[in-house]
Amino acid sequence: MPTSESAVTSGHFGPYGGRFVPEALTAALDELDAVFRSAIIDPDFIAQLTQLELSYTGRPSPLTRADRFAVHCGGARVYLKREDLNHTGSHKINNALGQALLTQRMGKTRMIAETGAGQHGVATATAAALLGLECTVFMGEEDTRRQALNVVRMQLLGAEVISVTAGSRTLKDAINEAMRDWVATVERTHYVLGTVTGPAPFPEVVRYFQAVIGREAREQIQLAEGRLPDAVVACVGGGSNAMGLFSGFMDDPSVQLRGYEAGGDGVETGRHAARFAAGSPGVLHGTRTYVMQDEWGQTIPSHSISAGLDYPGVGPEHSWLHDSGRAKYEPVNDDEAMDAFALLSRTEGIIPAIETAHALAGAIRVGRELGSDAVIILNLSGRGDKDVATAARWFGIGAPEGIEMVEGR
Amino acid sequence: MSRRLSEVFLQAKSANRAALIGYLPAGFPTVDASVELMNAMIDAGVDAIEVGLPYSDPLMDGAEIQFAVDLALTTGTTTDVVLDVVGRLDGTRAAVLVMSYWNPIERFGVERFAKHLAAAGGNGVITPDLTPEEAGSWLTATRAHGIDTIFLVAPSSTDDRISTVVKNTSGFVYAASTMGVTGARSQVGAGAQALVARTQMATDLPIAVGLGVSTGAQAHEVAAYADGVIVGSAFIRCIRATPDLPAAICAVRALADELAEGVHR
Repeated sequence: MPTSESAVTSGHFGPYGGRFVPEALTAALDELDAVFRSAIIDPDFIAQLTQLELSYTGRPSPLTRADRFAVHCGGARVYLKREDLNHTGSHKINNALGQALLTQRMGKTRMIAETGAGQHGVATATAAALLGLECTVFMGEEDTRRQALNVVRMQLLGAEVISVTAGSRTLKDAINEAMRDWVATVERTHYVLGTVTGPAPFPEVVRYFQAVIGREAREQIQLAEGRLPDAVVACVGGGSNAMGLFSGFMDDPSVQLRGYEAGGDGVETGRHAARFAAGSPGVLHGTRTYVMQDEWGQTIPSHSISAGLDYPGVGPEHSWLHDSGRAKYEPVNDDEAMDAFALLSRTEGIIPAIETAHALAGAIRVGRELGSDAVIILNLSGRGDKDVATAARWFGIGAPEGIEMVEGR
Repeated sequence: MSRRLSEVFLQAKSANRAALIGYLPAGFPTVDASVELMNAMIDAGVDAIEVGLPYSDPLMDGAEIQFAVDLALTTGTTTDVVLDVVGRLDGTRAAVLVMSYWNPIERFGVERFAKHLAAAGGNGVITPDLTPEEAGSWLTATRAHGIDTIFLVAPSSTDDRISTVVKNTSGFVYAASTMGVTGARSQVGAGAQALVARTQMATDLPIAVGLGVSTGAQAHEVAAYADGVIVGSAFIRCIRATPDLPAAICAVRALADELAEGVHR
């Protein structure tokens, strides 16, 4: 059974993970691995990171009890881990700052990143601005349209945004393009991968920087409830916010780990991003994990209303947690997620990211399943400002005269 | 079974030249045309053909090859079709290799792929995103079926890495001339010669240089220090510049002629 300690054997999580990359990148991954391992036992590095979390990100993020929302969750006590209140509006800043510090430690001057919803791109551009590093962000052309606001934010922060027109023009293709850039510029460039996937040691590095979510939540819930939660709930694209929260409770068998992937139009329609419900083990983007693929091993393009969950792979540690039964994963369709999006907005005064809305739908299911004695922590991974145009179109809310909606152009 | 790689390199060496290895994706621009084009390359003196297995996420490839494999995928070039293409090449005059990213091989079945490739007459596989550390089952399967496993070394490879890679390599070592993706370049990476020299210290296997070679002059330059010269994107570019298959065959033949001339020392 996976535990927090047993996780990694030379970059593998059980049969998953590993390193499937061009030989040219091996040296850079070895360097990252060595620098990461020396950093996390260096008190100066820890102090630097902790100080940034405290004074810049605004950590610890609050744990908010959501009673009016919880009415719809079978009356369970539902707590929201408020990563939406971090600087830049999501959990992505935790990892971006950590890897930016590693970039400096490696003596590199440029960071590149892929981004889907734009949250990781914004976080990386922010960390680059703060530390005086160059930054280039790769984003699928379709995503630059869906998330136009975040494209502008990155540019305002001084980053170059490259619109990727290859393949399906979404997150998967942005990762391909970032890898191609990295191979050619690796001497001065660090690739800030935004989630717990990719070649070793990335899944472990990103989990380390996101683990602060689970550590804080564990302390906070014990203060609030005097006990551990019955379940912790998160949405799973690549899976970094989920792994951050899960890692705080991995060794507590009484705590259920629940992940929600994008069901899109419905798993039966083929238009979804449900890797566990409809994928199979394969190799994508440098790691062995569950992948949406056809019978020949070609990647099947994913689909979701949420750009951040619209990815045909998933972090390898999630695959291991899935197979071992330690965590459970279910798809949530676009319509169920958007209902939960509206519900949280109206019951708690919090507009969530559409990614996060999938976890909210999951919390409603888990609450109804576990009943009113249950305590649930949900990772409110990001805020929904970037999704306002998408939501307006979904709900048929017209913009008042004189206000232009930017999405779709 | 087509010609062994070891034979090909020995023969080239005795003729005082480097071996010429030409790449084209199966299914580009169509399945039948790709067979004709690759056979034309063999006619013009290419010593080994590298048949590309089209993959949806070719992260080591530049724009030309991405374009070609995208097209090949839309025309239904599955792994079965690639193996069929291998069987249709004139293997009496050239060695036939497959270049494939790892996932399609794993999905097809590692043992099954090695077996089917051997049956089709193929004799080696280049795996750009597989390193020996992850290749346990692959090495077992390929050895059982007499398939050579060609791994890559890169300018960033340490001497330790090079020695690990060459220990698991057979046929020849693929030296990536530059830190970057495939595609024609005005100059072959300056680090290529140094990489070849470092690799020679670790192995007696032939070493072929790929990435960025597109002209006879560049082939000549590389042939001065390497045992083989690999050309890919330049073939795709010259096919794309022609209006129809007969013209493409002429163009490919002309480029292969120029390169075959270039590899003489």
